[in-house]
Amino acid sequence: MSTYAQKKGFGSVIWDYLTTVDHKKIAILYLIAGGFFFLVGGIEAVFIRIQLAVPNNDFVSAGAFNEIITMHGTTMIFLAAMPLLFAFMNAVMPLQIGARDVAFPFVNALGFWLFFFGGVFLNLSWFLGGAPDAGWTSYASLAIHSKGHGIDFYVLGLQISGIGTLIGGINFLVTIINMRAPGMTYMRMPLFTWATFVSSALILFAFPPLTVGLTLMMFDRMFGSNFFITENGGNTIIWEHLFWIFGHPEVYILVLPAFGIFSDVFSTFSRKRLFGYSSMVFATVLIGFLGFMVWAHHMFTTGLGPVANAIFSVATMAIGVPTGIKIFNWLLTMWGGSVKFTTPMYWAFAFIPSFVIGGVTGVMLASAAADYQYHDSYFVVAHFHYVIVGGVVFAVFAATHFYWPKIFGTMLNEKLGKITFWLFFIGFHMTFFVQHFLGLWGMPRRVFTFLPGQGFEMSNLISSIGAAFMSAGVIVLLINVIVTSVKNEKVGNDPWGDGRTLEWSIPSPPPFYNFKQLPLVRGLDPYWLEKMEGKKGMTPAEPLGDIHMPNASFIPFVIAFGLFVAAFGALYNGEKSWAVPVIIIGLLITFGSMLVRSLKDDHGFHIHKEELMDDNDKGVKA
Amino acid sequence: MKRLANWRLISLLAMLALVLTGCSGEPFVSALKPAGEVADMQYDLMKLSTYIMVGVILVVTIIFVIVFFRFRRKDDKIPKQVEGSHKLEIIWTVIPILLLLILAVPTVAATFKLADIKEMDKKDSDALVINVRSHLYWWDFEYPKQKIVTSQDLVVPTNEKVYFNLKSLDVKHSFWIPAVGGKLDTNTDNVNKFWLVFDEDRANEAGNLFYGKCAELCGPSHALMDFKVKAISRAEFDKWVKDMQAVKEPKKAKTELAAQGQELFNESCIGCHAVTPSNQMPDTARIAPNLTNFGERSRVAGILDHNKEELMNWIKDPESYKPGNLMTGKYKDFTDQELEALAEYLMGLKVQE
Amino acid sequence: MHAEEKLTYETWPAEPEKSTLEAKNKFLGFWLFLGGETVLFASLFATYLALKDKVPSADHALAKDLFDLPLTFVATMLLLTSSLTSVYAMYHMKNFNSQKMMLWLGITVLLGLGFLGLEVYEFNHYVHEYHHKFTSSAFGSAFYTLVGFHGAHVTFGLGWILALMIRNYKRGLNLYNAPKFYVASLYWHFIDVVWVFIFTVVYLMGMVG
Repeated sequence: MSTYAQKKGFGSVIWDYLTTVDHKKIAILYLIAGGFFFLVGGIEAVFIRIQLAVPNNDFVSAGAFNEIITMHGTTMIFLAAMPLLFAFMNAVMPLQIGARDVAFPFVNALGFWLFFFGGVFLNLSWFLGGAPDAGWTSYASLAIHSKGHGIDFYVLGLQISGIGTLIGGINFLVTIINMRAPGMTYMRMPLFTWATFVSSALILFAFPPLTVGLTLMMFDRMFGSNFFITENGGNTIIWEHLFWIFGHPEVYILVLPAFGIFSDVFSTFSRKRLFGYSSMVFATVLIGFLGFMVWAHHMFTTGLGPVANAIFSVATMAIGVPTGIKIFNWLLTMWGGSVKFTTPMYWAFAFIPSFVIGGVTGVMLASAAADYQYHDSYFVVAHFHYVIVGGVVFAVFAATHFYWPKIFGTMLNEKLGKITFWLFFIGFHMTFFVQHFLGLWGMPRRVFTFLPGQGFEMSNLISSIGAAFMSAGVIVLLINVIVTSVKNEKVGNDPWGDGRTLEWSIPSPPPFYNFKQLPLVRGLDPYWLEKMEGKKGMTPAEPLGDIHMPNASFIPFVIAFGLFVAAFGALYNGEKSWAVPVIIIGLLITFGSMLVRSLKDDHGFHIHKEELMDDNDKGVKA
Repeated sequence: MKRLANWRLISLLAMLALVLTGCSGEPFVSALKPAGEVADMQYDLMKLSTYIMVGVILVVTIIFVIVFFRFRRKDDKIPKQVEGSHKLEIIWTVIPILLLLILAVPTVAATFKLADIKEMDKKDSDALVINVRSHLYWWDFEYPKQKIVTSQDLVVPTNEKVYFNLKSLDVKHSFWIPAVGGKLDTNTDNVNKFWLVFDEDRANEAGNLFYGKCAELCGPSHALMDFKVKAISRAEFDKWVKDMQAVKEPKKAKTELAAQGQELFNESCIGCHAVTPSNQMPDTARIAPNLTNFGERSRVAGILDHNKEELMNWIKDPESYKPGNLMTGKYKDFTDQELEALAEYLMGLKVQE
Repeated sequence: MHAEEKLTYETWPAEPEKSTLEAKNKFLGFWLFLGGETVLFASLFATYLALKDKVPSADHALAKDLFDLPLTFVATMLLLTSSLTSVYAMYHMKNFNSQKMMLWLGITVLLGLGFLGLEVYEFNHYVHEYHHKFTSSAFGSAFYTLVGFHGAHVTFGLGWILALMIRNYKRGLNLYNAPKFYVASLYWHFIDVVWVFIFTVVYLMGMVG
């Protein structure tokens, strides 16, 4: 079973990735798929900015524009930001807690394939009669009214990928609770692991309301029910509540891991332990908790009444406090440190002012009475891009450069990395800063064009030019990836030289069993502690012994594929005669393969002690 | 790396300049040029929150800049590993809480004040109430007490509270007059209520014509679902109401061409478009804009310049101006001559001679 | 302790459902999954309450016209009893008594089937007697979705327990399959708890208005 040292042909590499249950390979799958969807969403964004560069533009039609904005939002949130964060959670979190894999390797693979097939299904809408066009929020009255199958693709695609995310969240939770290495107490976990933990808990409780909302929408559109049909007693506000009970925590599901990545980057490149570690943990948990109490601030103008608006307004402001704590702790982490400005540190450093702008406009938006002005205007567009790009996307870029050597064993070029940074950073502020003003000057969001003479021309043009800079930055990153992969200069365990946490104590990339012997953790930043005592690596917590590993499996792919097939049937239900049989076939594939999984024993395999000792002799890196 | 700092400073100054040079938008559409009590309250909240937030940003910036210059890596020394500081952590927990309280109190007060619509539910109150009904992509305005209906151009008196009942008859829209006050959604499920005040002096500055917008994505022509608000003095408003009420049956065309247009209108258009302002029909039966005072409106279809040529263009091919509208294809193709006749007739529909 | 090891009554651990790392993971992961399911049902309950008795016209049946308490009471008793019998099954699992466990699981499945039968009869009755359909009103959609979702869970649970029984009938208990039985019974309890809420919120509260 020790296939890990063999050279493999292209076909077997593909098969390897289709069947893998190794968290590090699944991370690479997430990185590739998420990166691909990020590019797709980015192209959509560029189309939006071209269309809005000048008034009365006709680069795309009104209907197409609505499809593009819908897919831009949906793709970026569900198919780019979350998978990319999942990529880093998968790649790094098990290493940070000193585990050999996640708790449910099989479920991990299943989660990826569900996300992947959901995303592919959603994007097939472009080729099968038009994409969804009711916005990423897909408010019910418009979504029910929308013709064609766009919304059906949205409902089914998100349902499938949502299940994948949900089980992924459960997996991370169990991994962190049950699989920590000896000595790795909760209060010694790196902040990124903490963020993964809280964010997974949010996923667990936030995704079911989305599942229900999507199910109701699916029933209404495809199976004749009346949840949102006002004439038959339905109520569209239910959708708004369900969507935002999911949608608001979703923001924190995205931004908490970003915070975690930055916390690790700050402390690494300042050569200092994180300032106020326990208050950082506390703030993370508190933000996660409060994240569930504030969804109705997206609905201030829905007409919920002053009592609800006032309560949700104050609750929302309260989130500003733990977020502020974090900002100051990061600053004080660098204070007194020895700060090295590497590419990841560029992103982290630039994140602070960018995110602070997004944060303070968030507090402004929390003020319900004033929000009646901001709501659904370009001010909101500016705000959430400052949070999601300035927070999450910056973090993804930081993590890409930071963890690239750990994932692939080679460093991204620092010079190109800094060029990427400057292009993207300048472009980002150009694009979104002026949008605050556009909103305040009276420009609603989601408009496919604007009429001249309202004072919107100049700022829209500036914004569009900024988008060009951002695109250029992404292109440089792609070049960097290609150049780096071609050169492929191998690096050691701790290529940055300042690694503090367990992932830097093992080879890059790590062997498939991660830790030959589980490490003994003696405090926060365990690897740093050992280094300061002049040791080369971690002290093992166990004698060398057999390692139990899970078997690869093709079943996750098949389960997800079955739902993909069934979704086509549901989509054309009542329209094509083959719809119902296709639903049944798809579900049979899914449930059948689940049954196989349940009934067939799968005990995994063992790597024997002797093989591990061989590795030692050869000094094999992977 | 000095470049970084310079760039930051320049960009900061540029941003400040942008703000300070009075980039506050056009007075007829900008929330930063408030023209009424509601917009004033909201503008005050914006200013208050901006001041607080700029303060926060300043503190962060100062620490940020110091860190950047003082703590760059110069040698290979290992810095002291500090765990944290309870004193500091308490400071940056308590101060934000206080700052937020300063913002929260006026927010809550304003939220309740803006929702105070007791006056409209009182019997024999003489407050002006307007029922707004939003449609794919136009606005219907009913004055229930005055028993008149108009559309697209909302007419309101200045310097008094005007109350609104908002509802949508197809998909959800949102009713927003940025210069006069924040928005409220027109739901399909229920009636939402709020009030606005149009300040006379500032209405004059804005040319007595405010821009209204739909703020909720509602389909292809969401961007074009504009309406206009004529804010006039109470006396002028009363006169307008009287003139409207005086129209009991469709006005007779004055010229020969207009008469031909009226005939065409009666054949092809009147099934959807009323030319009398009566509110006898229920709102659901008013399926297209009321055209009683079309000749006095400010725009064709809410977006085009108000002249015969644009009107003819619009009738000829509404789809190319407002994609997805419900008028396209509901009537025969008119010849150019017929279009001219129709335009002549419609432009002559005036109530205030 | 390897999962597939053959054990005897003496070596069988006190908590077979948590005796290996895989089992511990499964145990915790399943509890978390049930947490997510709870939110799922909470959302469905909220939707039902918002749409209860929301019908397009007065000739549609409302909650107070529909429900038949004796019938649902019998159904409730069947399901509650099945929860109890699955507890017996787990008691025997812990005592390494495979045959008795299978017996009680069998009874559990029979009771569950009885419940499902009553539910099918009930739905059929509403559709034909009251024209209360999934597509006839928002109330109908919400009712069938909430109760039907529960019914689908019962069906899935029955299939799951049956599959486990058939697979392991001959070979008896070990530390690999014991946790599987355990989580299946957890699932069954969860379904039961949800039903208690449905009985209260939908039926009892429906009867009193």
